[in-house]
Amino acid sequence: MKNIPISAMIGLFFTALYFLMAIFAPLLAPYGMAEVVGGVWEPSSSKHLLGTDNIGRDLLSRMIYGGRTTIFIATAATILSFVTGSVLGFFAAVMGGWVDQVLSRFVDLIMSIPTLIFALVVLSVMPVTLPVLILVMGLLDSTRVYRLARAVAVDITVMDYVEAARLRGEKIAWIIFREILPNALSPLVAEMGLRFIFAVLFVSTLSFLGLGVQPPEADWGGIVKENKEGIVYGISAALLPAVAIATLAISVNLVADWVLNRTTSLKGGRG
Amino acid sequence: MNDQLNHMASQVAAGKMTRREFMGKAAALGISAAVASTMFAGAAHAAGPVKGGTIRVGIQGGGSSDSLDPALAANATATQVLRLWGEPLLELDPNGGLWPRLAESFEASADARVWTFKIRSGVNFSNGQTMTADDVLATMERHSGEDTKSGALGIMRGIKDMRVDGDQFIVELDKPNADLPYLLTDYHLLIQPGGGKDDPTAAIGTGPYVLKSVEPGVRFVGEKNPDYWDDTVGHADTIELIVINDDTARVAALQSGQVHMINRVPPRTAQLVGRAPNINLRTTSGPGHYVFIMHTNTAPFDNKDLRMALKYGINRQEMVDKILFGFGSVGNDTPINSSYPLFTELEQREYDPDKAAFHLKESGFDGTVLLRTSDNSFPGAPDAAALFQQSCGSAGINIEIKREPNDGYWSEVWNKQPFCTSYWGGRPTQDSMFSTAYLSTADWNDTRFNNEQFDQLLFAARGELDEGKRTQMYADMSTILRDEGGLICPMFNQFIDATTSDVDGWIDSQNGFDLNNFYAPMTMWVAA
Amino acid sequence: MKLVVQRIALGFLLLLAVSVLIFAGTIILPGDVAQSILGQSATPEALANLREELGLNEPAITRYFDWLFAALQGDLGVALTNGRDIAESISQRMSNTLFLAFWAALISVPLAILLGLIAVRYKDRWPDKAISAITLASISIPEFLIGYLLMYFIAVKLGWFPSVAMIGDHMNLLQKLQAIALPVMVLTLVVLAHMMRMTRAAILNVMQSAYIETAELKGLTGFQVIARHAFPNAIAPIVNVVMLNLAYLVVGVVVIEVVFVYPGMGQYLVDHVSKRDVPVVQACGLIFAAVYIGLNMIADIVSILANPRLRHPK
Repeated sequence: MKNIPISAMIGLFFTALYFLMAIFAPLLAPYGMAEVVGGVWEPSSSKHLLGTDNIGRDLLSRMIYGGRTTIFIATAATILSFVTGSVLGFFAAVMGGWVDQVLSRFVDLIMSIPTLIFALVVLSVMPVTLPVLILVMGLLDSTRVYRLARAVAVDITVMDYVEAARLRGEKIAWIIFREILPNALSPLVAEMGLRFIFAVLFVSTLSFLGLGVQPPEADWGGIVKENKEGIVYGISAALLPAVAIATLAISVNLVADWVLNRTTSLKGGRG
Repeated sequence: MNDQLNHMASQVAAGKMTRREFMGKAAALGISAAVASTMFAGAAHAAGPVKGGTIRVGIQGGGSSDSLDPALAANATATQVLRLWGEPLLELDPNGGLWPRLAESFEASADARVWTFKIRSGVNFSNGQTMTADDVLATMERHSGEDTKSGALGIMRGIKDMRVDGDQFIVELDKPNADLPYLLTDYHLLIQPGGGKDDPTAAIGTGPYVLKSVEPGVRFVGEKNPDYWDDTVGHADTIELIVINDDTARVAALQSGQVHMINRVPPRTAQLVGRAPNINLRTTSGPGHYVFIMHTNTAPFDNKDLRMALKYGINRQEMVDKILFGFGSVGNDTPINSSYPLFTELEQREYDPDKAAFHLKESGFDGTVLLRTSDNSFPGAPDAAALFQQSCGSAGINIEIKREPNDGYWSEVWNKQPFCTSYWGGRPTQDSMFSTAYLSTADWNDTRFNNEQFDQLLFAARGELDEGKRTQMYADMSTILRDEGGLICPMFNQFIDATTSDVDGWIDSQNGFDLNNFYAPMTMWVAA
Repeated sequence: MKLVVQRIALGFLLLLAVSVLIFAGTIILPGDVAQSILGQSATPEALANLREELGLNEPAITRYFDWLFAALQGDLGVALTNGRDIAESISQRMSNTLFLAFWAALISVPLAILLGLIAVRYKDRWPDKAISAITLASISIPEFLIGYLLMYFIAVKLGWFPSVAMIGDHMNLLQKLQAIALPVMVLTLVVLAHMMRMTRAAILNVMQSAYIETAELKGLTGFQVIARHAFPNAIAPIVNVVMLNLAYLVVGVVVIEVVFVYPGMGQYLVDHVSKRDVPVVQACGLIFAAVYIGLNMIADIVSILANPRLRHPK
């Protein structure tokens, strides 16, 4: 851990900062999340560091609490989609034949159903709770991860070392985790960084279908939407949460890049 | 300098000077562009309408599934399109009275049970056919028959018989109704040839424009009907409606000059929009209101004290300030405001956490109230719900908010769930507002209000031709509703439209819908 | 070849399954088309009459098979809501959608790959970092926000391009391109980062291989090694991500359509889903499904063709 490059340091710093803010939100926020404390869209002042939002709530408090929702849901959904998507993708690639065919076509099927219809159907038959939300997002996203994981793994399964492992009589799980996973890590890590961003943005899209977080709670994307009318008039309440999303995205991906570097250098040994 | 200005103004009025020339000369006289622009508009207005040109309208509220059938019109765009190609018998005038369209005149029997409408002669449909009283009868039949699917069916009930006598169309009612002519201004009731029974979506009518291009949810183009009978309506050669549902996009289209007028400027940014020199903000007060509705027959809202607690727990002024941004007025838990003809002011109910807490205690209710809302129940509804939650919180009332999907809100939540946000566009008269939603047997009794005294007053008022007595009856009914009802009405919204200074002839109105009851594209003109 | 035929046959089966699922989905959804059409002004009688007229009283299974047989004969029917011919409406909308997607793809795909290659070539130096930061920022800002900002500064303030991206038959290609300039810009910004980063990661993943070392030792320059030796071997993940983004450009641009008032497929589907107009939802759903299935198939085939070991299985 000695020579962490400067960009990774920055990434780690901000990622840690945001995650800590999320964890300790109630201690840090100067006001309540839903508390109406001032006029609409007040500029920043010593009372309200980032000003107030579209109905007079303290923007800083709202963003701290919003970060909590956003980061929690996005992290959980990303992990879920990665575990499901990549394991199934590798499995399909290693097994080949009809297993691959069935899984892949099933994924085609799920991807083919418009998200809007999918979300509305889920909404009408299931209660809208946080676990359901995470499950829906995670599973929808896992189809994309599956396609990528399978594509990468198919190239690897035909390599000589995998053949060798098969001939040695290694179990499927061993091949997946010992042979395929390390060699497929780079594209997957890169994808994970981006999927995290997509998840952050997806939460706010779902809020507007009624599937997302319930008011007065908010996520960052949702705060952007609540304040969007002010954007072109230079009201910062819409831009600040967007900046928060962007900095979180960049820092998470800086960390991802660093991990990616380490994984590539693990393999080659070309220093 | 004054003489010169007057001369220039008369030149403009005579149509001898264009806007560009006027502005140029005004600048030479040292007059700022904004002032000159206003002066030009004034001079041009004085000169009366200019014929010709194209008026482009950016309009909110249409979808690609919209039909041209007047019976099925249910949003702003569909209504605006109907106004272009067709006409009803009567229309609301800007001052709240009636404006004769295809009915030249009308009269009632002494008991207000039989109504006779004289149909205008010499008016042709856009297919060349002459419009007759038979077409009127056929149209009314299509909207009222047993097998109709018309959105106007609700108001066409209570008709016992309809018949034609020469150029007269006669309606006989079951019970007296002094407001029948107002009901016939309903936008569904456009006169179509043969009642539109053969081809309801043909868009053939007697309106000032003929549709040339129809792309639902995208764009509609109407060209001036050369045979149109009324010279005061329809000044532009072409009217182009562009459906722009996104608020910011609609405002941007106006600011960049791609359209001449837009409806529904978001209140939050209206002041900022209106600040631009070439844009005029047009606000219209009306009967439309944003509401929170409780089912008075469902626990816990069947408890009058709980209802009262919630009514005292809402901060109406804060809602007007933060949801309407001042473009509206506070409500008083009745659907009636000063835009109705026989209005009486009642004592204003204020936000009072102490009284709210008192009534909450009286009610014995100590749980959490579930309030459902969605973004399309009215603009800013989830925010209003959050404000309500906060103001009730100070009185010890716990509200939980559930954001429902926009999709299906009107079919699954409104009029089904016991407590939700909603809006009402209002009606032209008290009678029609009350009978639509507060009569115990009304189809859209969305507060499940059931009050015998209220129902009796409503029926009595219909046959009452003495205005003083009727006014008192309506005041009594509003009081009953305010104190007993399931309606929490925090605010009446204004329509906020905007036009560029390239068009002229806006009429201030206090009636109907946005864009001057959707007549603005036809009564305004492109400034020369 | 056999594989392709097999996949196409499977594709049709999948489409059938999709049509069943979408139909079932729309039936499960609360509310029906009659109620949605009449909206707040629905009275029970009017509802009943409209349902009768639209044939909604038939059992769902009958309606599905009626639809299926007609569709198999190439008749998509008319929209329940406004009685317009579905095939005609869709072909207009679809050509608009494809027009926008085509130009956005034409700019974004080559640009993303080129930027990815540059990022690899100058890995960990400033071009790599600048490209990363800019594309990441653009992908993490909600697309409507980018749309509003471009609209305000480019259309309203500068007046370079129209904010309403309406295209029509009366326009020539140049006018159309001018009309869609803003949406194309936004879409490019939205899809660029994903493809660029995958290109970078996938190439870096193979850069450690022995054959790259060989190529370098042969004395090839950095770009030649990357473009000729590393890129072809990294194609599978890249092409998959490119296909995902192409699919997004066709089916996922509702927000952009709304912001720029562009008459494409996305808004058309959303409008009809909310009205429960089943025949239209079915037709749109099938087209979108065909896009996904087709693009996924192309991605799989390209992956196989690019890898000699897959091309000639043992």
